[in-house]
This record gives sequence, structure tokens and C-alpha cells, in this order.
Amino acid sequence: MAIVNRGFKGRRSQAGAGLIPPGQYLVDDFPVLTAGPTQFTPLAEWDFTILDESGAAAGRWTWEEFQALPADDIIVDIHCVTKWSKLGTHWRGVSVDTLMEGVETSAEFVVAFSDGGYTTNLPLADVLDGQAWVAFGYDGEALESEHGGPARLLVPHLYFWKSAKWVRGLRLLNEDEPGFWEAVGYHNYGDPWREQRYWGD
Amino acid sequence: MKWLVATVTETTPETASAVTIRLDVPDWPGHRAGQHVDVRLTAEDGYQAQRSYSIASPPGSDRLELTVVRIDDGEVSPYLASDLDVGDQIELRGPIGGYFVWDGDDDRPVLLTGGGSGVVPLVSMMRHHEAVDSKAPMRLVYSARTAGDVLYRDELANVHDVTITLTRDQSSEWDGRRGRVDNELLATAGWPPSEGPRCYVCGPDTFVEAVANILVDMGHDQTNVKTERFGPTGG
Amino acid sequence: MSTAPFDGNAAAGDLSDVFAFDVTMARTTCAACGDTRPLAELHAYMRAPGSVLRCATCEAVQIRLVRTDRRAWVELTGVRVMQLPVSGSSA
Repeated sequence: MAIVNRGFKGRRSQAGAGLIPPGQYLVDDFPVLTAGPTQFTPLAEWDFTILDESGAAAGRWTWEEFQALPADDIIVDIHCVTKWSKLGTHWRGVSVDTLMEGVETSAEFVVAFSDGGYTTNLPLADVLDGQAWVAFGYDGEALESEHGGPARLLVPHLYFWKSAKWVRGLRLLNEDEPGFWEAVGYHNYGDPWREQRYWGD
Repeated sequence: MKWLVATVTETTPETASAVTIRLDVPDWPGHRAGQHVDVRLTAEDGYQAQRSYSIASPPGSDRLELTVVRIDDGEVSPYLASDLDVGDQIELRGPIGGYFVWDGDDDRPVLLTGGGSGVVPLVSMMRHHEAVDSKAPMRLVYSARTAGDVLYRDELANVHDVTITLTRDQSSEWDGRRGRVDNELLATAGWPPSEGPRCYVCGPDTFVEAVANILVDMGHDQTNVKTERFGPTGG
Repeated sequence: MSTAPFDGNAAAGDLSDVFAFDVTMARTTCAACGDTRPLAELHAYMRAPGSVLRCATCEAVQIRLVRTDRRAWVELTGVRVMQLPVSGSSA
């Protein structure tokens, strides 16, 4: 049983009961967590690609083309598996529904892939119907590199490791394929309200 | 490695933002110069945070001392540097690390290069050097921001073969070196590669990266250059 | 060449739960580029859902570690070979 350090609070503020998932703490800042070096992809080199089950590009946008798509301004709560939650975060992004318009697929799963090699897997159904965006703006400004800019996936209903930073595309798959953290202990789905942090939770 | 309960027996300010904490740890197995401990803090609601701190005290005694530099928006260092009282307890595990150590068991020259709080494990090595009356020639190059940030200033003033350089000091009181650790400084204040010195580099990652590259470019064998990164702001 | 805030020294405490030896004394060969060096020198990213140790030369992931109070997962496919000291050599 760990000893308790009187007066130690860490970087957290008081949680309002019922507002955040079990086991989480509220934070005021926006912690930066990363599994590797910050990526700095120039916009001129950036594109976003949707690859279908056969590996063919079913959709591709350069940065200019991406910026021309209709975008949403959204306010969501985000929950990290390392236990911090941040309420009322402001993002601007293109809905994955918009990107998937016109994509014919029977795939049930998707893997998001990023610059630097990070991947995360989700059921396709969890990135549709207004549940996911490719976000390029945070708090009224362009998304900073250390928070995943130029663009990151944003899937607020799942733990935030699923909101892949530096995202460059989605691969549609018939069979599920665990991503970077799902392959080494993290829960395959990751619902914060059911505290699905690790394998077997 | 088990978590041990350490009791604070003394806290001594080193600078305006750094404190040396002396700890009593029952069953402390002893340590080697350059090793570190992991410290874990637990809040009343169970939240935990963990950080590594180099051991400042030399091997051989029961003394376990950590020097903690307070980082303004840090999570652990403000608590350790400001809120600990004598008699408080903290959890730690260690000693950790057999790579970044100097045991003083040979006479090869030693070049210690530290940036900011990276000087802490190097001072453990210097203190060990003195305690065993080692014949190994040892030199320290220490980069700090301002004169007020220099750790162990009085102690280092009494040791020759210490070169301190300040990178952000604007005052006229400092009559020592200014500027970053560079090729020229390491050539004059260090050892030539032909001496085959053991080199230890510790501090923030950008400091370690830059100095290690300079040493290798100067001709030091990469296997003689040992590095320890302390995080983006030096711990 | 990117730089990482921490290195294998900082990850050694967490890795001590997984490996019975002092990992800072181990040497790993990167499966991606073949670089061989002490594990202490690998680039460590520890403010993440887990810890990641990357090759100091090519940044490929060598080791991934996730720990809870009762379980740990360690993934080593990025390490082609690990050399370590065994009893009989100095600690």
C-alpha cells in the first residue's frame, strides 16, 4: 500500500461528480503524451488517404483540397487512458462522414495511420455518424505539432489514444488489426465509461 | 525492484530553486556514483506521479541525498523542493543503473560534462573520487544558466579542474566563462582523445545530444562517451 | 536527427519489473537498422500510455512496455538481438 504524500496533488483540479468517466481526473492544461518524436510534416507534403479493403485509394486530399471540405466546430470532452480528462475542448475538423461519402465498402474495421508510424484500430461504425473528425484546429488556432498538427484523428467517445496524432489516413479492413498500443496491452475498443483500459477489462 | 519508504532527515537549499534532501532509508543497499532513484508521490485520492532523480551523495556511507531543482510547471519537483518537511516520508526505488556509473577502480582520465541539474550525478562521482583518494585525473565542465543556478558552488570552487560556463547570465559579477559548451571549451577544459578518457555527459536532451556529438566529432571513441538525458528541462 | 527527452536510464526502473537484470547494461541490436548500443542510450518516451524505447540512430521502435499494478506487457519485436551480462561478470 503506497504511503500518501500529504499535500501532493499533481496537476489536477477538482472533479465534478458524474461529469467524467470512472477513474479519471480533471486537468486544466493539455498534457502532451507521445510515443515518439514530434512530427513536423510540411503542408505541401501532407495528404490524407482512405485506402479500401483492396489497398486502393478510395479517397485522397491534399491540404488545399482538405481545407476546401466543409468543416465542423465542435466542443467535446476528452479522456486519456493515463487518467486525465479535459472538458469542453474546442476543435475544428472535417467529419469522417464527409471523407467517407462516396466510398463503397463492406469493411467493418479501420486502422488510422500516422506520420512516425503510429497506428490505432477502431470499428468503422465508431468513426461514422458524427462520432469522429480529422481535426486541424484547436482552441481557435491551427493545431500545434506537439498536439498532433497539422491534423489528428478525433474520436472523443473513446480513450484519447484512439485519436491518432499526425494522422495521414484510414485503412479499411475486413478483419480487425490491433494498432500500436492495442497490440501491447491496451484494450482493443477503449470505452472510457466502461473503463476499458487494458486487455481483459 | 521494491518501493522503499524514505524519511526526510534534512533539507538544505542549494540555490533559490534547488534543494538537497537528505533521506534515511532502512535497508538501503548502498549505491554507485552516478546511479539514480525513482521517486513516487501519491495523492490522497490515489493519484500517483513518478520521476527519476540522481543520487548526489557519494557511495560508501548511509547517506542518501537527492538534489531537486524546482521546475515551475513541474508536477513532482515543486512538491519535493518546497513542500517536504523533515520527518515526511516519500517512496523511492533503487539504486538504478549500471551504465552511467564511475566506480573509481582505475586511473583513466575522466571528463564530466553536465548541463543544469545534469551536474548532480557527476558531483556524486567527484565526491566519490575524493573519498577514495583516486589518482584518476578528473575534470568537470558544467553549464548553468546564471550564477544563481550553479549548484554546489562553494564546493566546486574548492576543486580545481572545474570549468563553469553560464549561458544566460547578464550580470557583470561573473568573471568566469560564458556561452554554451562547445568544441573549443571541451578541447581546452577536457582531455584529448589520445588520453582515452571516460566521458560522462548528463543534462537536458538537447545538451546531451550536442555535447556527445562534439566529443565524438573531436575523436573520442563513442564507447567511451556515456550519456544520461534528464528530460526537456533538465529534470 | 530527432532528440528525445529521456533515454533508457530513465526507463530502467520500470523495466526492472520485467527483466531480472540491469537493463542499462544490456545492448540491443535494432531490428530495423542493425545499430547496436547500450539500452541506456535508446531514446525513451515515457509520457505516453506506456513506455517506448526507440533506436538512437533510426528511431524505430525497439521496446514497448505497458504496466498496471498487476500486469505488464512488453513487446520486443524491434530488438533483433539483446546481449546482457550474466552472473560471473561484474554487476
